[in-house]
Amino acid sequence: MKIAEASDKPEVKGIPMSTRLPRRPEPPAEKSGETGSNGSAPYGAGPSSSAIPSVSGTSGPSAGTASTTATVEPPILPPPSRKVLTMKKPMRAGEFAIEKSIQGVAFISLLFIALIFIFIFREAIPLFFSEVKAAMHQSQVEEAETYGVDPTAPEIVEAPELEQNQDNFHPKTLVSKNWQPVSLNPQYGIVPLLMGSLKVTLVALLLAAPIGIFAALYTSNFAPKWAKESMKPIIEVLAGFPSVVIGFFALVIMATLLQNLFGYQFRLNAFVGGVAMALAVIPIIYTVSEDALNAVPKVMTEASLALGATKWETAFFVILPSATPGIFAAMILGFGRAFGETMIVLMATGNAALLTIALTDPVRTLSATIGAEMAEVVFGDTHYRVLFFVGALLFVISFSLNAIAEFFIRNRMMKKFKGI
Amino acid sequence: MNKSIFAAAALAMATLAGAAQVITVKGSDTMVILAQRWAEKYMATHPDVSVQVTGGGSGTGISALINGTTDICDASRKMKASEREKLKQRFNSLGVEVPSARDGLAVYLNEASPVSELSLDQVKAIYTGKLTNWKDVGGPDAKIVLYGRENNSGTYVYFRDNVLKGQDFAPGVQSLPGTAAVVNAVSKDKLGIGFGGAAYAKGLKFAKIKKDEGSTAYEPTAETVKNGSYPITRYLYMYLKSRPTGALKEYIDWTLSPEGQVIVTEVGYFPVK
Repeated sequence: MKIAEASDKPEVKGIPMSTRLPRRPEPPAEKSGETGSNGSAPYGAGPSSSAIPSVSGTSGPSAGTASTTATVEPPILPPPSRKVLTMKKPMRAGEFAIEKSIQGVAFISLLFIALIFIFIFREAIPLFFSEVKAAMHQSQVEEAETYGVDPTAPEIVEAPELEQNQDNFHPKTLVSKNWQPVSLNPQYGIVPLLMGSLKVTLVALLLAAPIGIFAALYTSNFAPKWAKESMKPIIEVLAGFPSVVIGFFALVIMATLLQNLFGYQFRLNAFVGGVAMALAVIPIIYTVSEDALNAVPKVMTEASLALGATKWETAFFVILPSATPGIFAAMILGFGRAFGETMIVLMATGNAALLTIALTDPVRTLSATIGAEMAEVVFGDTHYRVLFFVGALLFVISFSLNAIAEFFIRNRMMKKFKGI
Repeated sequence: MNKSIFAAAALAMATLAGAAQVITVKGSDTMVILAQRWAEKYMATHPDVSVQVTGGGSGTGISALINGTTDICDASRKMKASEREKLKQRFNSLGVEVPSARDGLAVYLNEASPVSELSLDQVKAIYTGKLTNWKDVGGPDAKIVLYGRENNSGTYVYFRDNVLKGQDFAPGVQSLPGTAAVVNAVSKDKLGIGFGGAAYAKGLKFAKIKKDEGSTAYEPTAETVKNGSYPITRYLYMYLKSRPTGALKEYIDWTLSPEGQVIVTEVGYFPVK
C-alpha cells in the first residue's frame, strides 16, 4: 500500500534523470509480462547502466535487476531515502502481482464463507420442503447362508430386525422436547439441545467475563510495564490451547474435583462444561476488552487525574464506562465462541439431552450433537438433514452475534471518541 | 495411523512376495484389533498371502462388500434386510455369514455398589427410565446415574434392540464416546451403571444378569458366554459375497480353527467353538 502511494508522490520527480529514465519504458514491459521483458531491457537499462552493460544485458528478464545495477553506479546514487524508493519502484510488476494475489486470497476466504453458508442451508432446507419420504421398502429378504458354524455350539438368539418409522417427520417435531434421532420412532426436538448450549454458555460467561474484564483493566491501567508485557501474551497463549486438551482436562480432573467440592450428583454436567469453557473464553474477552480499554483516549485519563481522581477512580468511573461498548463486544464474541465450541462440551457435559433448569444436570449441546452424530448418519436421511439444520442454526447465531459485535458496537465506540 | 502403516507394510510384503494372494478385510471398528492380529499371525505362517485390514465401522464394511471393494466384511451386527437386498441385486447372492467370535455385553457397576445382580427386565426398566432409584433393585436410596454410548455406536443399537426391546433410552442417559469412557465414568461414580464389552473391565464389577426373575444370574465369563447362559451375548461376524474358495477359504478356516480362536480369547472376546 505505502509503496504504491509513495511512487505517486511528487518527490519521486526529484530523482535524477538517469535513474528515472529506465522507468519510462516500463509500462510496455509490464504489459508484455514475462515473455517480452527481455526486449525492453536494453531499451530502458541502456543509458543508466553503461558501466556494467553486460550485467544488465544478460540479467534482463526482470526489470528490477536492471535498475538495481543502475543505483549501484556511484555518480548518480540518490540519497539513502530515495535509494529505497528507486529500489522498490522497479518491483511494480511484481508488486502488482502480489497485490492482486493477496486480493484474490481475501476474496477466496469470503467466497469460502459464502459457499459454506450455501452448502449448509442447501443440505438443511429439504427438511422443510421435500415431501414425506416414502418408508423404505422392506420386502422379506431371505437370510444369508452361514459358513463354518459349529452346530453343537449353543445358539445366540438375537432380536429380529426392527423396522424404523422413517416417514413421520414434521417441522413441528423440531420444537418438541425429545431428542431421540436413532430410534424406532425418531424424535428430533432441538429444544433440549438449545437449552444445553445456553446453560453451558451462561456458566462460561458468568465466570469468564469478570475474570477477563478485570484482568484487562489491570493490565491496561495498573500493571507495571513488565507485567503488562508478560501477561498479555501469556493469556493469549491460552486462546491457542487446543480445546480437546481443555476438554480432556475437564473430563478427567476437573469433573472429579468439582464434584468433590460441591457434592452434586452428576459428575459430568453443564457446570463442569461451563467452567472448562470459561478457560477457552477468558482469552477472547480479555484481548478484546484490553483493546477497548486501551482505545480510550489518554486525554480522558489525564483529565480525570488532573481533576483529582485517584487511579482507581479513574479506571472504574472513567475508563471502564467509556470502554463499555467494546467490552460488550468482547462478551458477545465470548458468547459466540462458547456457543459454537464442540470438543470441550462433548467431553465434559455428559451429553444427555435433558430439558431441565438445574445447572448441575448433564446436558447435550447443539455443537456436541453434530460432533457426535454426524459421522455415522445416513446421507440424505432426515437425521442428516436435521443435523445440518442444527449446523445452520449455529451458523446463524454465531454469525449474527459476531456481526453485532463488529458493526454496531465497535462503530458506536469509535464514533464516541472521534470528537476527542 | 497404525492401520495405514500396517496396510502399507502388508502392501510392501505383497510386492516383495511377487504374485502374492491379497485378501482385503474391511469393517467394524470393534473387530479391527482382532482382524489385525489374525492377519499378522496368518501372514507369519503364510508368506504367500497378504491380508489387508481396515476399519471404518460395520456399515462402511458392508457398503464396501456391496460395492465389491473388499473380500471380507467385518460386522458387529447382522446384515440388515435392505443390505442383503442390495447385495442380491448386485451379485445375485445373499452373502455368506461367518460367525467368527462371540462378545458378551456386560452391565457395569461401581465396585462399591451393593447391587450385584439384575434381571434383564430390571436393566430394561433402568435404561428406559422406569426405575430411577437404586432401592428399587436392592440398593441404597439414591438416584441411578445412567451411562451409555453415543447413538452412532453399534453397541447402542444392539443394546436398544436386544435389551430394551426396541424402546428408546431415557433422555437422562449420559452418552459417552467409547466403551473406555463408560468404564472410566462408572468406576468413578458410586451410583453409576453402564454397559459395554466384557473385555474392557478395569476398576469396576460386572452385574450378574438373569434372563428373568426365576432363573439364575450369570456373570459374563468365557464359560457363560460360550455356553449361552449369559443372556446378553452377540456374535461378531465376517461377511463374504459367496462361499469361500481357494486362499480365502483357507484363511477363513484358519480363523475358525483352534489356532485362530486362541487369538479371539487373547483380544478379549470369546471363541465360537
